[in-house]
Amino acid sequence: MYLVAMAAGFLLILMGLYGALTHRNILRMIVGFTLADSGVHLVLVAVGYLPGRTAPILDSAVPLDEAAQRIIDPVPQALVLTAIVIGLGITALMLAYAYRLFRTRKSLDIAEFTELKW
Amino acid sequence: MTSRFTLRNVAVLTLLALLGVAFWTLGSGYTPDAELNRTAAYYAQNTASEIGAQNVVTAIIVTYRGLDTLGEVTVLFLTAAIVALVLGQTKAPRGSSGSGFLPSGELLTTGTQMLLPIILLFGAYVFVNGHLTPGGGFQGGAILASGMLLLLLAEPGRRFGHRIISRVESLSGLTYVFIGVLGIALAGGFLDNRILPLGAFGSILSAGAIPLIYALIGLKVGAEFSSILESLEETEDA
Repeated sequence: MYLVAMAAGFLLILMGLYGALTHRNILRMIVGFTLADSGVHLVLVAVGYLPGRTAPILDSAVPLDEAAQRIIDPVPQALVLTAIVIGLGITALMLAYAYRLFRTRKSLDIAEFTELKW
Repeated sequence: MTSRFTLRNVAVLTLLALLGVAFWTLGSGYTPDAELNRTAAYYAQNTASEIGAQNVVTAIIVTYRGLDTLGEVTVLFLTAAIVALVLGQTKAPRGSSGSGFLPSGELLTTGTQMLLPIILLFGAYVFVNGHLTPGGGFQGGAILASGMLLLLLAEPGRRFGHRIISRVESLSGLTYVFIGVLGIALAGGFLDNRILPLGAFGSILSAGAIPLIYALIGLKVGAEFSSILESLEETEDA
């Protein structure tokens, strides 16, 4: 199960990077980046999974003194929560900049922004 | 884009193939751990007695790594501020945005009136129960902001008070930091949750200051997301 999640995550990263690198429309590049972002989250959560264990919530399913033998790793989950929130912030920023570019230059084609090209 | 096999595309595909090989070796040689590493085992064993929270992830986010979460909320605040700054300079003249939209329709307007209180209540439920169930301040805040998004869709011309949103945001942020400083004075350190009694394990008023802190984070995140949505909506005239 964790292998499926991990393979899907790696595939999403590759798809997202392919989209971000080949497309010329800035909005499509942003979509690519968010895809790669989701892939990273999937891989991280999959790394924290231990077969045969339950979620890191100490309810009636987990006796308190056996907690370390019963739950999966909670640290990647905490990391991914942070990563999702920061990823949302980055996406919002990218969209805001894309909007600003469109307003000033009337275009979303990356080939038309040549100032930083060498 | 005359040919699909330009040098550029070949370079991209080579890069991705290399990355794919790296991922393949990482994934094929991966075996999951048989037991938790030392940090995770410490959290698993001591969360119940030290923090009193049922949800170990919440205990890590709000107390063990509380400073990181404060930083995360700050990053989010910075994002909302920069989005407002970037979009504010291209703001449509007053009256021109919103008024050009078609009316949103009876179904959406009535549905919003019915659903909005329920969505807000659900958001509050998610962040108040963050120490007991999956969920917490960030998720609850996102749900609150989704209610605001529905309101924006139903009434595109409407302006909510920027002032209310920024008041909620700054007040909850200040109280969050103040609770953290109280932790230095009354308990073991910055953002220590034991400034309030830990209470009965598994009840809603347990885990010390965690429900309070997560409610504040929920309000702050909801306000920040709402202000981002609002900045994006107010420029929607192109």
